[in-house]
Amino acid sequence: MAPIDVPALSLADITCRFAARGGAGEPYTAVANATLSVAKGEFVSVVGPTGCGKSTLLNVAAGLLAPSSGTVDVFGERLIAAEGVNRRAGYMFQADALMPWRTGIDNVIAGLEFRGVLRSEAIAQGEVWLRRVGLAGFGDRYPHQMSGGMRKRLALAQTLILSPDILLMDEPFSALDVQTRQLMENELLALWAEDRKSVLFITHDLEEAIALSDRVVVLSAGPATRPIGDFKVDLPRPRDVSEIRMTPAFLALHREIWAAMKEEVLKAYAAQKVA
Amino acid sequence: MRLRILQVLVLGLLIVFWYLMTAPGLIPPFYFDKPNRAAFFFGEPQKVFWVIVDWFATGEIFRHLGITLLETALGFVIGAAFGLGIGLWLALSPTASAVMDPYIKGFNSMPRVVLAPIFAVWFGLGIWSKVALGVTLVFFVVFFNVYQGVREVSPNLIANARMLGASRRQLLRSIYLPSAMSWVFASLHNAVGLAFVGAVVGEYLGSSMGVGYLILQAEGTFDINTVFAGILVLTAFALALDGAVGAVERRLMTWQPRASETEKV
Repeated sequence: MAPIDVPALSLADITCRFAARGGAGEPYTAVANATLSVAKGEFVSVVGPTGCGKSTLLNVAAGLLAPSSGTVDVFGERLIAAEGVNRRAGYMFQADALMPWRTGIDNVIAGLEFRGVLRSEAIAQGEVWLRRVGLAGFGDRYPHQMSGGMRKRLALAQTLILSPDILLMDEPFSALDVQTRQLMENELLALWAEDRKSVLFITHDLEEAIALSDRVVVLSAGPATRPIGDFKVDLPRPRDVSEIRMTPAFLALHREIWAAMKEEVLKAYAAQKVA
Repeated sequence: MRLRILQVLVLGLLIVFWYLMTAPGLIPPFYFDKPNRAAFFFGEPQKVFWVIVDWFATGEIFRHLGITLLETALGFVIGAAFGLGIGLWLALSPTASAVMDPYIKGFNSMPRVVLAPIFAVWFGLGIWSKVALGVTLVFFVVFFNVYQGVREVSPNLIANARMLGASRRQLLRSIYLPSAMSWVFASLHNAVGLAFVGAVVGEYLGSSMGVGYLILQAEGTFDINTVFAGILVLTAFALALDGAVGAVERRLMTWQPRASETEKV
């Protein structure tokens, strides 16, 4: 067991450079000298303008992408992307990543199957998780027979069934409509409150970030993204994401963080207009 | 239902037209200079019908049809297996794919039906020369689809499976293979059709059995009615084969969304 003060996830001085298309021209620096850590049981959101390399940072944390320089430590152990992915992390993708040829239940238990858990036992656990994310009775449906919200809940069950110590989420609810999204956010908070995993949550929505997190990290506009602000969110829990948005404390925080973010958003917007 | 009636009506009209144009002496010849010439070149529907009835009544057709279908099935299964295996291998190994690329392209551009005489020399006049022809035709259809299928697996899907703990072998089994299979099924109608073509063309070029052989024999004696009978039987069985493939596809591909499908509550 690692000592209590070791962060669950620690990115130190991460830089990611991508070769330009066709090998010609300057390499593109997506992330530069980014340092970020998530304590055990902490819910950290990372916000930043669109296209600033948030997903790149998350892929580095997941061990899916090797950084050009810098190190990743998971509970004090060095993560080397070439040797495999971050085994202690679950990853929820922005886009649909369910296997379309598997039914709901078979998607949920995929991770258990990969670990060699007996099918009967995996199914039993899968049913429990389907019920927990509100999909009881939908296990025999294929993903294409489900709505966007149901697919997200399925993906959540697929990730959480493995009980990962760290949860990496890449704008998981950005494709949903506002109502479904608030429902999902509340469900996520309820599930998280049960066993307090460490969460690194990426979003471009500042309200979502504040409503969910213990801490909000603001990234600069790309290229060469790095954290430029770190704000503690000490709103009381348990929270209801739709109600908390109305409280004065929330609005004050929102104003404070938005002031730091605004310039970067405008910068990103200007850069996109030129390009 | 009305559609069915119209479809049958079209068939009926075609046959009547065929009959009117070919029956000797029924209408004065306007293109050929002798009244029975049209029948000589185009056959006569009622005679064609009786040839087919005779084939099935005496059971003579069954062994020929059996051989042709066996060649089709073998050509299809072997070709598809090779296509799947080599497609997976090349798609997952960039080096091998880069090395083999010009050869694959060359082989694919070659009109492979010209290989039939060589296969006849190599494998004799029995079923295997026809199977070999079918294999070369089927292989490329399946190969290219598998290759494409594996290459176009969503990177998200792979990343997700890796995060869920899939090993390389499990990735192959649970992601690459099912993804490639959906492409293979998309090409299955094509592949089965080509296996059939391989079998019949092979028989036509030299054989002692099969429906292609029947057609070849009839052609040698200018028995145009039997030629048409053979063509009709082949067409009917090609349709049946296509229907069977469609049924298998619907069973195995239930997970695929269909445009017209509504949600079942």
